[in-house]
Amino acid sequence: MSAGSLPDGLDHGLTPQSTTLFGDQEVALVDLLDRLLAGGVVLAGDVTISLAGVDLVRVSLRALITSIAPVERPGRPGGDDG
Amino acid sequence: MTDPAGTLSYVYAVGRDDDHRAGNGSVTGPGAGEDTGLRGIGGHSIRWVAAAGLRAAVGDVDRAEFTEGALEERLEDLAWLAATARAHHRVVDTIGRAMLVAPLALATVYFDDDRVRAVLTSGRDAFDAVLGRLAGRSEFGLKIYAHRREDREPADRPSSGTAYLRARRQALRDRETTTEQARAAAEEIDRAVAAVATDTRTHRLQDAALSGTAAEMVLNRAYLVPVERTGELAALVDGLVDHPRLQLELTGPWVPYSFVQSVP
Repeated sequence: MSAGSLPDGLDHGLTPQSTTLFGDQEVALVDLLDRLLAGGVVLAGDVTISLAGVDLVRVSLRALITSIAPVERPGRPGGDDG
Repeated sequence: MTDPAGTLSYVYAVGRDDDHRAGNGSVTGPGAGEDTGLRGIGGHSIRWVAAAGLRAAVGDVDRAEFTEGALEERLEDLAWLAATARAHHRVVDTIGRAMLVAPLALATVYFDDDRVRAVLTSGRDAFDAVLGRLAGRSEFGLKIYAHRREDREPADRPSSGTAYLRARRQALRDRETTTEQARAAAEEIDRAVAAVATDTRTHRLQDAALSGTAAEMVLNRAYLVPVERTGELAALVDGLVDHPRLQLELTGPWVPYSFVQSVP
């Protein structure tokens, strides 16, 4: 199995067993939501806000995800187990 | 123009006209309004909307689904959210493999294509800057898990309740030590990977229930890696498959979602 679906230059030595290659395997929903919720260009000050409100959407989504998976460790590595 | 029963223009990603022309992927061809051949959310076809040297991949969405009230309700519906996220990603990823694009946040909608053109025009410099930063780079994700060690059961039946509790406490301490050591080792790997990246982002550690892995996640990062250095990244991660403490999972290349937060 080769990574034939990758664009030029992106297939140097990447081995499928340790890499989720698009097209070869479906992306994990949780990884996708991490990116779609925290990322993507946010356009401010336009119709989106008055209509749906990007910030509102993102806040709602975060709340939803947080409710599915409570964050037990608040980001800071170490020392919060006691 | 704002027919309440009609559709809205949902923007998936924005790229440059020049990159589009230079591309030879599956989404090529001149002219705005052209069908890309892709289908997005709700099965609607994806078209190009062009202005100011930029082009946006746009699809209709049902207005009823994307009004403020409806959206709030639907976001509680994980099946809807998953289908929407996947449809969004399919469009962005397919186009992103053919040409340089900046992915937009989920659920960026406008009343119509004229509004999209206006936003492209007014945001032209900002989009240019973002695209310039992403050119020739891909996002990779690295998740690192601590190998789960079976709690050592006492060889013999504990002789008493006290002995049992002592053994349990020791097992818990061992596990904490293991996690600490795993974190330290993961941070070392993080530094090495970051050295081949031009930028990094930290993602939330995923709960085991969500990640589908029993092992505890100790690192979840995204790296923006120049295309010519992806080989180094792969070699680095490949060299760690037999790590005694850690299990590594590399994902990507992603369209660089994690590295485009805002267009001012």
